[in-house]
Amino acid sequence: MTAMTPEGLGDWAGPILNGALTTVQIAVLAYAIGLLLGLLGAGAKLSPWAPLRGVAIAYSTLIRAVPELLLIILLYYAGPQAMNALLENLGIAGAVQITGFATAVGVLAFVQGAYMTEVFRGAILAIPRGQLEAADAFGFSRWTRFHRFVLPAMLPNALPGMSNLWLILIKDTALISVIGFNELFFTIQQAAASSRAYFLFYATAGVIYLLMTLSSTALFARLERYVRRGQPTEA
Amino acid sequence: MKFPMMIATAVTALGLAHSVQANDPLQVGISGEPYPPFTYKAASGDWTGFEVELAQALCAAMARECEIAPTGWSGIIPSLQAGRIDMIMNSMSITEKRQRVIDFTRPYYFTPGAYVAASDRELDIPDGLDGLVIGVQGATTNATYARRELRDTGVEIRLYDQAEQVNNDLLSGRLEVILADEIAMAQFLERDEAEGFEIKATAPQHEAYGEGIGIGLRQEADALEADLNEAIAAVIEDGTCASLSEEYLGADVCVYD
Amino acid sequence: MDFSWLSDPYYQGYLWEGFVNTLWLLAVSAVGGLILAVGVALARLRGPRPLAWLTWAFTTVIRGTPLLVQLFFFYYGVGRLLEGVPGVRDSVFWPLLRDPFFFGALTFILSVGAYSGEVIRGAMQSVPRGELEAGRAFGLSGFQVLYRLWLPRAIQLCLPTLTGEMILLLKSVPLVSTIALMDLLQAANIIRDETFLVYEPLLLIAGIYLATTIVLTLLLRLVELNFPGMRPNRRRWLPIR
Repeated sequence: MTAMTPEGLGDWAGPILNGALTTVQIAVLAYAIGLLLGLLGAGAKLSPWAPLRGVAIAYSTLIRAVPELLLIILLYYAGPQAMNALLENLGIAGAVQITGFATAVGVLAFVQGAYMTEVFRGAILAIPRGQLEAADAFGFSRWTRFHRFVLPAMLPNALPGMSNLWLILIKDTALISVIGFNELFFTIQQAAASSRAYFLFYATAGVIYLLMTLSSTALFARLERYVRRGQPTEA
Repeated sequence: MKFPMMIATAVTALGLAHSVQANDPLQVGISGEPYPPFTYKAASGDWTGFEVELAQALCAAMARECEIAPTGWSGIIPSLQAGRIDMIMNSMSITEKRQRVIDFTRPYYFTPGAYVAASDRELDIPDGLDGLVIGVQGATTNATYARRELRDTGVEIRLYDQAEQVNNDLLSGRLEVILADEIAMAQFLERDEAEGFEIKATAPQHEAYGEGIGIGLRQEADALEADLNEAIAAVIEDGTCASLSEEYLGADVCVYD
Repeated sequence: MDFSWLSDPYYQGYLWEGFVNTLWLLAVSAVGGLILAVGVALARLRGPRPLAWLTWAFTTVIRGTPLLVQLFFFYYGVGRLLEGVPGVRDSVFWPLLRDPFFFGALTFILSVGAYSGEVIRGAMQSVPRGELEAGRAFGLSGFQVLYRLWLPRAIQLCLPTLTGEMILLLKSVPLVSTIALMDLLQAANIIRDETFLVYEPLLLIAGIYLATTIVLTLLLRLVELNFPGMRPNRRRWLPIR
């Protein structure tokens, strides 16, 4: 019938958990892509070529200076248009639609990349110069130097920043609901509106996000202990 | 340099997208935020409501498959233009301003905007609005009407993203009066918690409101427009529209020629 | 790019209102939040066990949930609960409880209090105990030690982080457009709604936010340079590399 019968937490549990799953999926993918973008960006910022440095500086400074919600709304429209323009230029015919999921992931990853750039740049700069010079002196190739010297030394420095960014990312996924994408918070809003139990559902949302952030913090703490193995602990 | 780039982009694009072909199901764009009784989501996860069922009836009349595609309301026109959805069917009024950027089918229903306030409040519109707070949903013709016509009355206009949020704040007393679609308000007033509220007046004809509710289409989609116009005429003539309207809205608001 | 709507006073009015609201919200939240932050830090460091535990729970919950959820929780959740309380509409609190600005400011103050509270707590813990003991030895009262020694020393240690938090606060302001507060993003939405231009209004307010961030960063940099006892990086006037 037409009347909106109030439905309780039990009825909405399924869609809410689905939404939570979507949120985690988006977050994980966006984090991974953002990580790659961050490594590239840090590399570009530390490179000797001025134009490359300039692009990286512009990227990380602009994205970090503008509010995320604004960026998400802007990129949500501009992203697929840019992609379509790119495809047209390369001669791939036909209208191509980017799925909403891909856009959400792309937007969040793009923003994460800017922050990751700073974290990695700081972490790389904090590596004692002597270790890298020793690697060069021993004649290691650039790739070996990167994945045997730079990466392991950089990770302990970068992890606190990376764990912080992960927490921020999980919380930022809620912003996607403003553009109508169906993730956890959007589902919660629909549940609250149709059941009229606003307090209950928003509190539930808080609890779910809290569970996600708390378990992430614990995971990252373990990861940090692992990455710091063999290093002298602070007295 | 161009070839590897092409490969990389193609791989990414294939992973992320799908190309649109002529017999793909039509993407019917509705507001992701619930707008009862026109479009709303039951806990079963299915979208339902007057316009959802009407859309399905129209697609049956056109013998095409349709998929309901919820989209953020404030970005629904850009989504249409970008090709994400093929039509907008969520109580979108045909206005001259909108017609500059998108096309509309013939109108399928029409209701005016209505002011709702507490029954025991004496409300003289528009003079009595001075010092009161009125709520409207953003990106609607009601919002445009309120902004253009009611600014000088001394009323404070509050814009909300979702219709349900406006209703919520009226019930909690934060808003003295709201301006929304008459049928949606009639439905709203049937709820138990809305006891003690009533429709005070309806908004007059104004260019902000246009000629009625139509289905929004891209300007180059002439074939689809013709098909839909035929389907709408058919669905109205055979009474499907009227019966759905009575079921969901309590009255027949279909536009007869 | 079509910016012709900028010359229309109808839109200018909304943009200006949004800008003013943004600045006010920033100011109120920053001041209230920092005061709360000191309280939070103190409660965790020196408060009785239950209070310290409650404060820890508070900061964990605030820092572990999205700001948008908190906004909705307070404005729509708590607000709806209040309507059931008899007599609330006649009370003196009612004008506040109907105002989205109040709820926006409340949420931001709690948020700043939690995040900055942790920052200040860490800094206060890093202040060498000896200095505080010296203060007591000189006969300063507990409050004087706090106000003249402990807090200033702590702030010297964490001022760059605190200014960072202020910038983050500025960037969180657009979220209040979702609770019916007329801020810059709502103004942009009105312009988008009536002109059907998608990018130009958003780009404009992105630019406004960029400019405001730069100005705010410079102002805070001035504070950093002039705070007694600080030794900031004086070579750059804009701490961006």
